[in-house]
Amino acid sequence: MGIGEDRPRVDGLDKLRGAAAYVDDLRVEGVLHGATVRTPAARGRITRIHFDPGIPWNEYVIVDHRDVPGKNHVASIETDQPALVETEFRHKYEPVLLLAHRSPAALRKGVQGVRLEYEPLPAVEDPLAGLTSDRIQHGPDNVFKRIDIRKGDVNAAFARAAHVIEGEYRTGAQEHAYIEPQGMLATSGPDGVTVRGSMQCPYYVLKSLCAALGRSEREVRVIQTATGGAFGGKEDYPSVIAIHAALLALKAGAPVKIIYDRQEDMAATTKRHPSWVRHRTAIDEAGRLIGVEIEVVMDAGAYVTLSPVVLSRGVLHALGPYACENVHIHGEARLTNSPPYGAFRGFGAPQTLFALERHMDAIARRLGLDPAEFRRRNLLRDGDRMATGQVYRDGVDLTRLMDDALEHAAYAQRREEFKRFNASHPYLRRGIAQATFMHGAGFTGSGETMLASEVWVEGHADGTVEVLTANTEMGQGAFTVLAQVAVDTLGVKNEQVKVAVPDTHRVPNSGPTVASRTTMVVGKLVERACLDLAAVVDGVAGRSFSEKIRAWHQAHPGERLVGRAKYKTPPEIHWDDATYQGDAYPCYAWATYVATVEVDLRTYGVQVTDFVASQEVGRVINPTLARGQIQGGVAQAIGWAILENVVLKDGAMANTQFANYIIPTSNDLPPIRVFFEEQPTPYGPGGAKGIGELPMDGPAPAVINAVCDALQTSIHEIPLTPERLMEHLDGADHD
Amino acid sequence: MTDLDLSFTLNGKPVRLHVRPDARLLDVLRYDCGCTGTKEGCGEGECGACTVLLDGLPVNSCLVPAFQVAGRSVETVEAVAPEVTGPLNRTGTAQCGACSPGIVVMTRWLREHPEVLQDATLRQFMSGNLCRCTGYDSVISGVASVLDPKETAGGEGTSA
Ligand code: FES
Ligand code: FES
Repeated sequence: MGIGEDRPRVDGLDKLRGAAAYVDDLRVEGVLHGATVRTPAARGRITRIHFDPGIPWNEYVIVDHRDVPGKNHVASIETDQPALVETEFRHKYEPVLLLAHRSPAALRKGVQGVRLEYEPLPAVEDPLAGLTSDRIQHGPDNVFKRIDIRKGDVNAAFARAAHVIEGEYRTGAQEHAYIEPQGMLATSGPDGVTVRGSMQCPYYVLKSLCAALGRSEREVRVIQTATGGAFGGKEDYPSVIAIHAALLALKAGAPVKIIYDRQEDMAATTKRHPSWVRHRTAIDEAGRLIGVEIEVVMDAGAYVTLSPVVLSRGVLHALGPYACENVHIHGEARLTNSPPYGAFRGFGAPQTLFALERHMDAIARRLGLDPAEFRRRNLLRDGDRMATGQVYRDGVDLTRLMDDALEHAAYAQRREEFKRFNASHPYLRRGIAQATFMHGAGFTGSGETMLASEVWVEGHADGTVEVLTANTEMGQGAFTVLAQVAVDTLGVKNEQVKVAVPDTHRVPNSGPTVASRTTMVVGKLVERACLDLAAVVDGVAGRSFSEKIRAWHQAHPGERLVGRAKYKTPPEIHWDDATYQGDAYPCYAWATYVATVEVDLRTYGVQVTDFVASQEVGRVINPTLARGQIQGGVAQAIGWAILENVVLKDGAMANTQFANYIIPTSNDLPPIRVFFEEQPTPYGPGGAKGIGELPMDGPAPAVINAVCDALQTSIHEIPLTPERLMEHLDGADHD
Repeated sequence: MTDLDLSFTLNGKPVRLHVRPDARLLDVLRYDCGCTGTKEGCGEGECGACTVLLDGLPVNSCLVPAFQVAGRSVETVEAVAPEVTGPLNRTGTAQCGACSPGIVVMTRWLREHPEVLQDATLRQFMSGNLCRCTGYDSVISGVASVLDPKETAGGEGTSA
C-alpha cells in the first residue's frame, strides 16, 4: 500500500492536540519583538521622519535602509521592490523603518511614536484609466508584462460568423485569510543568520535573504515552521518579513521575532490580482466557436513581484477546455499604486476562467441553447489543438465528465423543477448551473526545466528512510502524500518513512511549493529517488528493505546512503517562451462543477444550496486529503464569488478584519460533494496529477451562472455582494 | 502599570502569576503558561482559534482580560482527551491546523453538552470557528463522529 491508501495525515494529531510548533509558538531566550513602520499614502516622497521625543528611543533597535548590508531589494523575478523604502514610495503600507524591543507593549508605543512626513505624488488607482506622464513609474507605460497568444486567422473567422457575442467581466481582489498570520524569527550567530517561520518556499526566502544581507547560502539558513495556511499568500511575502527580522537581529545582536497581527497581515501582504477580461466571440450556425478574442488586464500593484507569471497562467487558461481554430489572447499586467498583488491559489486562472465560463453561459442564453449543450459542441476532443498549439491528448472524455457531473447534481430535473418554483414563489428564486474547466499542473512552460528540482531519499542506519525535499507542509498534505509515495515505491511500512522538515542546510532545492506541482512533479522525483536508493542496496542481503539498509550501513560505516533524482524534461514536451507556442503544461486536471443556488429577493442574499465538484485528477494518492483539498478550494472560491469584498482606500485594503472582510463559515456553505475520476498520467507518481489549485477555478463562474439562471439576467462582476446584486437588479437590463 | 497577582486553575492544576492589568487571557496562556496550543487568528473574537473553556463554557480567550479568570477554571486544547482528537484526525479535520485547537475545544464542549444539540445544527454550532482550509465538511463529519462514534462519516483511517 501507500498510494491510494486513506491514511490519516502524518501531522494531524499534533495539530489537533495543539502540539505542532508554529513560529509564534517557539520559545527563545532573550527574544526581541520586531515591528514595521509603514508609509501612510499610495505614492510619495519621504521628507522627514519625526520621532516622538517622549519615547526613550535608546531602548529600541531601529533599522532603516542604510542598515541593509547587501542589496536593498527583495529579490524575485525582478529587483524593483525595496526591502526598506529609501525616499520614494509606491504604495500605502510600504515598510520604511523597523523597530525592536523586549516588550510588545513598548514596541506598539514606538510604532505609534514615529511620524513620516512626505510629499505626495500622483498615484495610479485604476489600471484601465488613461495614464498621465507624471504617473509613469515603470518602463514607458507602466506595463510589467505583455503576452500574446495567436492561432489561425481571427479576422476571417469574425467575417464569416453567424453570431458575434461580446462581454466584459471583472473580478475583485481576494485576501488569503490563512488563519495563522505571517511571522518570522531570526537569530544571528557565528555560523551566520538563521530564519525560521511560516512559509511556502524556503529557497525563495534564502535567495532574497542572501541578496539583502550580502551573504552566501552557507551563511544563511532558512527553516520552515508549522505553517497555518498559505494558499499562495506565503509564496513571496515571507521573504520581506525574513529580511526585516534578519536585519533587526543583526543590528540587535539578539534573536528577533516579527509576528503580524491580523490587521497588519491583511493591510500589508499580497492578495489575488483584480482582473478585467473582455471576450469577443465568433460562432457559426452550428453553435461552434470559430473565432475568439480575449483581452486580459491584471492589476499588478506597485512592484513586479510574481505578476508576469500570474498573467502567464491566466492567459494560458483563458480559452479553457474548448476547441477553437482562430484565437487571439492578449494579456497585460499593469502597475497601480497598491501593495503588490501576488500568488493566490489558481494564480491568474480563476480570473480568466470566471470570464470564460460566465461568457459561455451568456452566449448559450443568447443562442437559446442549454449551456450544457453549447459546451458539448465545443469541448476539446482527442487530437484538438489548444490555444498554444498543444495537442489535447489527455484521453479524458470531457463531455462524459461534464454529463456525469450534471447527473450527480440532478441538473435536468432541477431545471424543470426550478422553472415551476420560480414562476410561483413570491420572493425566492432558484437556479442551477455549471462551469467546465481545467488547471495545468506544474510550472508553466519551461519553468520546471529551469528549476531543475532535486530530491534526495536517505536510508538511515536504523533502517528508516527519510525523504528530503524543500517542499512545505502548509495544510495541503504534502508530507503525508510524499511519504505515501516513498512507502509505495519502496514497499516499506508507514512508520519507516519520515519526511524532513524543510531546512536549507539539510534538504536539496526541490523548488517552491506552488503551482499544484508538489504531488505531481516532486512526488515523481521522490519516486525516482526511491528507485535510485533501491538500486544501491539491490544486491545487499536482507529480508526487508529496512534490513538491507541496515546491512549496507554495517558494510559502509560513516557513509551516507542517499538516492537522488533531478528533474528531466520529458522528451515529448516542447515549449517556446518567445512565441508562447507548445505544451504550456505537461498535463491538466479537468473538471465540471455544478452549483445550485437560492436567491432571496427581499435581502438580495445568495445561498449556495448544493455543490457538486467532479474532476479527473489522475490517480488519487490519499482520498480524504484529496477530497479535503477540493472542498477547501471550493469554499474559498464561493467566498470570492459572493462574500469577500476587499475595500480599497488609497490603493490598500481598508477592511482589514474578519469582522468586515467576510469569509465563509460552516453555516454559509452546503456540503460540497466531491467526485473523482482517475486516469493515471505518466508525469506523476503512481499516475497522480496536481490538484491544489483546480478547485479554486470553477466555483465562482458556476455559482454566478446559477444566480443568472435563477434571475434570468447576466452578471459580469464579482464579488456579488447583496449590495451589488441590488444595484444590478435595480438598474438592470433583464435579458 | 503595576502587575496584578493572578491565581486560577489551568487544566486542573493551580497556577499563580503576575500579569499586566491589560493582559489578555490568550497571551497569558500562550506566553506565561506555555500553553501555545491556543492560537491567535484575529485577536478580536471573530475566528475562534483561541477558544478555551472558562468554568466549562467556551470563550474566545483573546477577548477575556486575564484578571477576570481569577479563582476560576480554564481548560485548553492541551487537556482534551484522545476520544476527541482521534476521530477528528480520521476525517481530516485538521489541514493547516491553525483553527484546529479551537475546533477541538468546541467539539469537547459539545460532547459534554449533548443537550444543546437540539437547539441548532452542527453547522450553526461550529460557525464561530473559521477554517480557511477544509470547507468545513471534514470538520462537521469529524465532530459528528466524536458525538456519535458509530457514525464515522468520511475517511476511514488505517495506518499499516
Ligand atoms: S483570536 Fe480570538 S477569536 Fe480570533
Ligand atoms: S485547517 Fe487550516 S484553517 Fe482550518
